[in-house]
Amino acid sequence: MSAGTARVGAVIRKELAEFRRNRLIIGTAAVLPVIFLIGPTAEILTLKASAPSAALDKRVDYALFLPLIVSVLVPAVLSASSVVGEREQGTLEPVLTTPVGRAELLIGKAAAVFMPAVLLGYLIFGVFVAITQLAAGAPVAAAVRHAPQLPAALVFIPLLAAWAIWAGLAISTRVSDTRVAQQLSVLGSLPPVALAALMSFRVISPTFGLTAALTGGLLTVDSAACLAVARLFDRERLITGTSPSARTGKET
Amino acid sequence: MPAVSAAVEVCHLTKVFGGRTAVSDVSFSVAAGEVFGFLGPNGAGKTTTVRILGTLIAPTSGSATVAGIPVGSGGAAEIRRRIAVMPESPGLYQRLTVTENLEYFARLYGLPRRPERIAEALAAVGLADRAHDLTGRLSKGLRQRTALARSLLNDPAVLFLDEPTAGLDPVAAAGVHGLIAGLRDRGVTVFLTTHRLEEAERLCDRVAIMSTRLRTIGRPDDLRRELFTTSLEVTVAAALPKPDRVFGGLAAVQEWKAVGPAGYVLTVSDVGRAAPAVTRALVAAGADVLSIARSRHTLEDVYLELVGADGGRSR
Repeated sequence: MSAGTARVGAVIRKELAEFRRNRLIIGTAAVLPVIFLIGPTAEILTLKASAPSAALDKRVDYALFLPLIVSVLVPAVLSASSVVGEREQGTLEPVLTTPVGRAELLIGKAAAVFMPAVLLGYLIFGVFVAITQLAAGAPVAAAVRHAPQLPAALVFIPLLAAWAIWAGLAISTRVSDTRVAQQLSVLGSLPPVALAALMSFRVISPTFGLTAALTGGLLTVDSAACLAVARLFDRERLITGTSPSARTGKET
Repeated sequence: MPAVSAAVEVCHLTKVFGGRTAVSDVSFSVAAGEVFGFLGPNGAGKTTTVRILGTLIAPTSGSATVAGIPVGSGGAAEIRRRIAVMPESPGLYQRLTVTENLEYFARLYGLPRRPERIAEALAAVGLADRAHDLTGRLSKGLRQRTALARSLLNDPAVLFLDEPTAGLDPVAAAGVHGLIAGLRDRGVTVFLTTHRLEEAERLCDRVAIMSTRLRTIGRPDDLRRELFTTSLEVTVAAALPKPDRVFGGLAAVQEWKAVGPAGYVLTVSDVGRAAPAVTRALVAAGADVLSIARSRHTLEDVYLELVGADGGRSR
């Protein structure tokens, strides 16, 4: 394992350990997924088998869209606090005096949010699909099983989560207040969600081409975001709150 | 101290934040193995200097080398590998245990034999029995010690300590002093930023006094000699009726002044010659001598002379 990979691993381990120990983070992060699981599931289960197919499709669209929001909001909030939160607690400065590179630190922080966020997203979908297949009437279960959003969600959950994480990290490196970072991060995560909503509710026809283009776009943005956020990550600004007036040498 | 091999070299270092100059044209060097005190009032530029040397911020102008590597030449990561910085705030993850905090940093430094290194660092600061305590539950003194243990992990060539005893009670501060003295004995170069002048006087081989600019630098004894004349403090049982007759005729005494009801401070050129002469003169004058002692100027006197007088105008 290279030194850089080991440092990324160290950051991930530390972040996950902190999440695990903070019951408030786990509790508040769990509220939204639970609500977004219980609500749509209850609605689907109360649908009568004789319901018109248009009404059935509408409920399924709605039920399959809500978990996508979870995949955005939870990582947006968690990543927004990851840099500015350390700055507020005074833990950032000691870390920045170690050989850890800014990309290593950011990738570690991003991965530590990405893994639980994506797992959570898949878990909600999995539980929702399982319940509907076991407990809903045959037509309802079939409508869920054959919904085009289901395979799309498998692709979009990690891509949307990555977008939310990089947006959150970018904001977290530039603002000085955790609350502001979280609010801006949620706002910054909305554009791709809005697009996904338009497709989920079939305002825009979710053709294969459009879905593929959106997937490609998100992939490109998510890949470029790491570099962009690393450029925003300025040790001097993070430590002193001001931009350097002059530079000598290259920051790592 | 002759700088055989400089651990830190600073040359005309200047840092400007917006329109405010935090550090102005500062030059000095710190020899390897030296405990170097960096003193100055709040806002004097001490922490800014440490942050520049720790590669956290870039200088506006000037240059510096740390552990032989130029600051700002792309060698920042290498400098960080060779140094440790303990900021004023311990900066510990309060939901992690002492060991977990140290483990994280040991991994960031890419250290081999992590469990052994952590155990050694904890033993060095007397925290071996608190290894599995959450740092959030430790007292402030123990948190400082944990932060110091973290600073020892990578066996740094230069250790920057920024106000390591700030906010500590005397017992906890004494513990940290003992640790710093131990580091000096191990040959670690310590760059100690502090407000506590008695701390600097006790621990440091040399001190620099900053007030945006470098006001002075040297051994505490040399600074005292440079700034203050040698003097004797004389206390007698009753005020001398004609002190000028007693002290005025002594070649070793340059001038004198009365201090209190029956005390005198004599400016002398050579204490060894003056003290016996003064004693004989007082006895001859029929005075009952209670004490004759060399005046002892502290580092605080030096500091106040240099920094207190201008009230930080240069800042």
